[in-house]
Amino acid sequence: MRVVVDLNKCQGYAQCAFLAPDVFALHGEESLVYDPCAGDEQRAQLARAVAACPVGAITADGTDDGAAPSAGPVRGTSDDR
Amino acid sequence: MTVEGFFERLRTEGRIVIVGASLAGLTAAETLRAEGFTGSLTMIGDEPYEPYDRPPLSKAVLLGKASPHRTDLPRRRELDADWRLGVAAAGLDLGARRVRLADGDEVEYDRLLIATGVRARPWPNETEAQLDGVFVLRTRDDAVALHRRLGAAPRRVFVIGAGFTGSEIASACRYQDLAVTVAERANAPLVGALGGVVGAVAAELQRENGVDLRTGVTVTALEGDTSGRVRAAHLSDGGVVETDVVVVSLGATRNTEWLTGSGLGAGPRGVACDAGCRAFDFRGIVTDDVFVAGDVARSPHPLFNYQFLSLEHWGNAVSQAEVAAHNMISPSADRRPHIWVPAFWSSQFGVNIKSVGVPTMGDQIMITQGSLAERRFVGAYGYQGRVIAAVSFDNTRWLQFYQQLIETAAPFPLEYSTVDRRPEGRRPIPADFPDPSLPTHGPTVTLSGYSPVDRRLVFTPARH
Repeated sequence: MRVVVDLNKCQGYAQCAFLAPDVFALHGEESLVYDPCAGDEQRAQLARAVAACPVGAITADGTDDGAAPSAGPVRGTSDDR
Repeated sequence: MTVEGFFERLRTEGRIVIVGASLAGLTAAETLRAEGFTGSLTMIGDEPYEPYDRPPLSKAVLLGKASPHRTDLPRRRELDADWRLGVAAAGLDLGARRVRLADGDEVEYDRLLIATGVRARPWPNETEAQLDGVFVLRTRDDAVALHRRLGAAPRRVFVIGAGFTGSEIASACRYQDLAVTVAERANAPLVGALGGVVGAVAAELQRENGVDLRTGVTVTALEGDTSGRVRAAHLSDGGVVETDVVVVSLGATRNTEWLTGSGLGAGPRGVACDAGCRAFDFRGIVTDDVFVAGDVARSPHPLFNYQFLSLEHWGNAVSQAEVAAHNMISPSADRRPHIWVPAFWSSQFGVNIKSVGVPTMGDQIMITQGSLAERRFVGAYGYQGRVIAAVSFDNTRWLQFYQQLIETAAPFPLEYSTVDRRPEGRRPIPADFPDPSLPTHGPTVTLSGYSPVDRRLVFTPARH
């Protein structure tokens, strides 16, 4: 699954690093490092991380149709359906 | 035909061509489909790859956390597009509404989006640039080649230019325990983007992490051995650094050459467009069917004196592409302005560096939270008595607050108290940006005029 994080929005809450530790990790105090191509076995953890991100910074394949929360004002217009 | 009829037809049967198949191009395509565009969509990209994300190439990939081959951007929906990948656009005929491709083919459009971005500025000496072991880092192919070479245990890596990319590369090298020398023309890293006060912190950060940082020097020559492999870099202070990998990080050049002679207002600083992303022609008249988005665009911003800003920012590419896509298929009354507040991030040596606003416009800075010595702080930049930008080192949670200050032109210096305000942060000090007339490679925002306060106009048309 392809993943991208809007690191302008990311505020280092690290929920994703707890929920999907094989995909997301903190490097230092608050820098997020992630694997943009997570294995299919990560699907469930990834979905939880997308849903749990307090600032809606994570986009994965097909999240438009999934349970992802609105990604906020920047992508709001295209996420809102 | 009525205006409503025209747009109805455009949305259902129109032909939209997007030149540039990276973040801005993909975002625009997704937005068009999301807004109900059902006509034909053609995506033209000079690289042979589907849209991929670039920021990981200098971060996660070099840190060994991701494969350079696998940074493809996720797809939020089906695009049903005609992909023309691996073929660059070579020309534009505005009158006939046609894009000419490098393979001679031509594609007609009703609406065109230009999102051709930038490319890495190469080492100016072509012979030296051809030496084995000399790299730039912008594309997937660059990242694959550099990643492979860094994995082959080089004795020393030599980075030319301590802007964001150069500093991130140095950081990744140190993380892998590789010896690294960084040469920077200015007196500190990141000076072009953040000024000398913050640059001094970045310099300390590099040195403490074992980077051999040489500032105030330029590289005069790259020397190869008899087999054509780079072996040393010569510096303007007479120094010679033996190295087997050189990474040239001298900023980026805008991909506008293909528009030469087209009649668009395009040049080395980008393609000028209005706040609605419509391209200007070279006479300053706005076009109705050509739109621009991403790194290649220059557009006026009301918060920054209506200066034309060129932003090499990930978030700008997303936001501007969404606005451009919306406006392409909307009548004028429904169009939206692109007034995104510039924001970017970098991560290096384990520190998260983020910024909002346009720091390079700031003439003063005050450290309003935390401290420079702890390398955990927020600095606010002031310009003509108002807050114009802010930067944070490992303090990102506060930036949104500063963004509101910027958006409301809050007064500078900041008088009220902030969390973790230290005595040394009470007074503004000069932000210490280098003389803008000297070439720097650092800034990710280029102020490219004309500000209404300039009261002058220099117009030199190129071979049109």
